[in-house]
Amino acid sequence: MITDDIRAVLIEHGRLAVDPASLADQSNLYEAGLTSHASVNLMLALEERFDIEFPERMLRRGAFASIAAIRAGVEELIGQRA
Amino acid sequence: MSALAISGDLVTAARRIAAAVVAPAADAVDREARFPREALAALREERMLGALVPRELGGAGATIGDVAAVCEILGRACASTAMVYAMHQIEIACIVRHGLSSSFFRDYLSELVRREWLVASATSEIGVGGDLRRSICAVEHEGLRIRVTKRAPVISYGEEADDILLTARRSAEATPADQVLVLVRRGDVQLTRTGEWNTLGMRGTRSLGFTLEATGSADQILPSPFAEVASQTMLPVSHVLWTSLWLGLVSDAVGRARAFVRAEARRAPGTVPPSAFRLAEAVAELSTMRATVHNGLLDFEQHQDDPDALAGLGFAIRMNNLKVTASRLAPEIVGRALGVCGISGYRADSPYSVGRHLRDAHGASLMISNDRVLSANAAMLLLHKED
Repeated sequence: MITDDIRAVLIEHGRLAVDPASLADQSNLYEAGLTSHASVNLMLALEERFDIEFPERMLRRGAFASIAAIRAGVEELIGQRA
Repeated sequence: MSALAISGDLVTAARRIAAAVVAPAADAVDREARFPREALAALREERMLGALVPRELGGAGATIGDVAAVCEILGRACASTAMVYAMHQIEIACIVRHGLSSSFFRDYLSELVRREWLVASATSEIGVGGDLRRSICAVEHEGLRIRVTKRAPVISYGEEADDILLTARRSAEATPADQVLVLVRRGDVQLTRTGEWNTLGMRGTRSLGFTLEATGSADQILPSPFAEVASQTMLPVSHVLWTSLWLGLVSDAVGRARAFVRAEARRAPGTVPPSAFRLAEAVAELSTMRATVHNGLLDFEQHQDDPDALAGLGFAIRMNNLKVTASRLAPEIVGRALGVCGISGYRADSPYSVGRHLRDAHGASLMISNDRVLSANAAMLLLHKED
């Protein structure tokens, strides 16, 4: 499940103030403690995990604001690769 | 009044006060490390502090480009004065670009135009290590009243300002990067000095350390999250205005070198003095700095109303490159000007003195540290794939 993989990456690289397992899909990750520094590591880890590359237009704050937003981006890029 | 008239008026006024007031006081401001009060009085008289406020709120509706031109002109006269002006305009730009949905901030800007209030910035914090995107202090809420206590390593012209825009965590429960900007008013602020400002250059910016204790109302919190304000306005406008003033500072130093060479040439007509060759090298480098700074302004102007572009890594990297490149060139070029002027430039009391220029120019790569700026780019370059 993509969402489970995203949560796993968040646990390893997100450095959030709260346990990512407890976050709802729509919870705001920045309010949960995601910093710009950690978000770079998060993006890299997601690229590695899913074998995707985020284009410039998807490297925006909004694209990583929640687990749901990340899933949408990841699914779009996986779909393009197929 | 047309847009051209606004910028023309601002630039004309800047040139006038630069020559009449700002430049004559520059050496004393530097020597005594004192606030450039004459310059600020003149800026207020010319109504230049409220320049960015939109026409609908009674302001001149000037653009960042207009303000950048003023920063360059003031920078030629006195870099400390130009930096005070630039820092103030950065704060006003944040309010203009992110605060107009709030009636409090609309009213504040209208009043600022009438009263020519000076606004300082308290973004850095003791214990955070120079990262502006994290705060320890938090806004304490008591109903509609708020209270903030911040230990700031530096607040430029903190004592001379009317009001201060500070960063803090949104609330006591907020995470370090969940920050807001709060406008605190002079009557509601207590500043306790914790450090002096006795530096190699930029001595008139009076960037002392303070413990700041302030109260206010909740509507003094800027509506947009600081993360947005920082990337869309504070960072790019800072880099555009700082590099403009540094360009002015460096241009004045090179101007003195040019005058020196012309004086030498007049004494021996028919020859090209050796100093002219050194001058040619300095002027070539100055043209590189000028191109860098003007391109940075154009880049900002092209994207200033596009939140998507402003939030992009490419834009952030370019705005950081602007600061790093200009701040690296500034002391190099002033050093070359010193080489042209020789002992006359080395002295503090000649028409060709460039010591203050050199000391001020060295501050550019340190405030804020280029190491921090380049580290931020290094992290972004792990992801950013386009040119």
